[in-house]
Amino acid sequence: MKTKETVIEVNNLVKKFGHFVANDNLTFHVNRGEILGFLGANGAGKTTAIRILTGLSKPTSGKVIVAGIDVNKNPEKVKRRIGYMSQRFSLYDDMTVRENFRFYGGVYGLTRKQIRERMRFYLKKLAMESYENMLLQNIPLGWKQKLAFSVANVHNPDIIFLDEPTGGVDPITRRQFWEMIYEVSDAGTTVFVTTHYMDEAEYCERVCIMSEGKIEAMDTPKALKEKYGAKNMNEVFIKIARNVE
Amino acid sequence: MSVSVKIKDLEKSYDKVDALKNLNLEIRPNELFGFIGPDGSGKTTLFRILTTLILADKGTIKVGNYDVVKNYKEIRKITGYMPGRFSLYMDLTVEENLLFYARIFNVNIRDNLHLIDDIYSHISPFKNRRAGALSGGMKQKLALSCALIHKPDLLVLDEPTTGVDAVSRKEFWELLKKMQERGITILVSTPYMDEAALCDRVALMQTGRLMSVDKPQNIVDNFPENILNVKVRKMHPVLNDLLGFEGAERVYRFGDAIHLATRRDAGEMKERIYHYLAEKGYQEITISPLEPVIEDCFLALMENPDK
Repeated sequence: MKTKETVIEVNNLVKKFGHFVANDNLTFHVNRGEILGFLGANGAGKTTAIRILTGLSKPTSGKVIVAGIDVNKNPEKVKRRIGYMSQRFSLYDDMTVRENFRFYGGVYGLTRKQIRERMRFYLKKLAMESYENMLLQNIPLGWKQKLAFSVANVHNPDIIFLDEPTGGVDPITRRQFWEMIYEVSDAGTTVFVTTHYMDEAEYCERVCIMSEGKIEAMDTPKALKEKYGAKNMNEVFIKIARNVE
Repeated sequence: MSVSVKIKDLEKSYDKVDALKNLNLEIRPNELFGFIGPDGSGKTTLFRILTTLILADKGTIKVGNYDVVKNYKEIRKITGYMPGRFSLYMDLTVEENLLFYARIFNVNIRDNLHLIDDIYSHISPFKNRRAGALSGGMKQKLALSCALIHKPDLLVLDEPTTGVDAVSRKEFWELLKKMQERGITILVSTPYMDEAALCDRVALMQTGRLMSVDKPQNIVDNFPENILNVKVRKMHPVLNDLLGFEGAERVYRFGDAIHLATRRDAGEMKERIYHYLAEKGYQEITISPLEPVIEDCFLALMENPDK
């Protein structure tokens, strides 16, 4: 269920690499079941922020609470409560669909029985039951991305992080992918998603736009379009990025 | 000098997968030609055959009067190629990368620097930075500079804007237009449908086939269906409610609206959809006819590839 309960809470997050400030005092929160679009130019600091939220990197200062856990104090505990997929890395190409489910289910501490049940559930939903023993490398990209999304959900995480999940995917599959996002969001999973497709920014409940390490804007797509007098999110994005330059 | 590219009966398969199926296409001298399609549509395979890196199973490509097999050395001299993955040397600086490519093509960088000045001026302030430390947009500009340093007649760019943010993408296309003004023939591939409008002509590709080849405006003008742009206050459930609506060819989300394609009279459909949605309790319903975009055409072609 979607609620007003906060599942991600970031206060005064700063991350420096030497003299370079990658994340400059970020403060924001995300609710349960919310779909948050995380946008920004290349090099704006999105990946750095995601790495901190997922417990892969430590902040220089500031407080980050994810699923009720302080990431800085207990990064391993956070990892059990989140799912992650990206365009560049999702599943193992030289393992079968079943082996990928077993591997990730195992990593997240599910029993064999649980893994089997969850895999059956997802394969049925994707109408991919006959693919169970196929190597990932023989599966077209769009289907692979839908599978990767299912695998990232195998342990019913509180939050799922999607880093450009639809890059290069055909326009039909891209839309089916978003239907899957809505479905998990309706069931109460928070979705944290980055994309370069600006039409997809419109599908998010709220959008956060980063530029040069700072949050330049964060609101619903509707409110952002009104505020910047823009027809669509592409115009909003270009206005914000150009203003900063 | 501008060159044409003539592709005839081209076929290529990997194991059992057909990457290219009987491709025929002619690209005119000095054209800015776009190959639009998702991953796996055959764009990269086509470019690799064209740039003489792999051989086709069947068919020919001619660049000007040169054949890709017989005259591969000549073609390499007149072609600038920017592969899909960033292919420069990450541990060399910006300037070292450029010098390296100039040396390979045996050109003097000082003689040719003016050719790339429009682009290189954006990155020359960072000429001592290692390529690996550049942002995505800057890497693309460096790769483009390297592909242009030997003054090619043909420029082949494989997904130069993939993974690049909306602002850098816009800048990159502005640079391509400038290059075209110099007389270069440009072939560019992209998965972003909205970039089709920036090309002189485009080929819409899917699973190794050309579904449509034309000027982008012609593709839109010849689209046989009417598009209705549907908006309501609460967008999320409306898609499911409109799927299978009588007279709708297809229903898809497009940004903050839904595009409903129909072959029926737009006015009559609009009326019926309005009443249907109002009865379902939707509020703030707006329905307006819309000129289709390339993505509407692409979706239609994907569903009915034989039309």
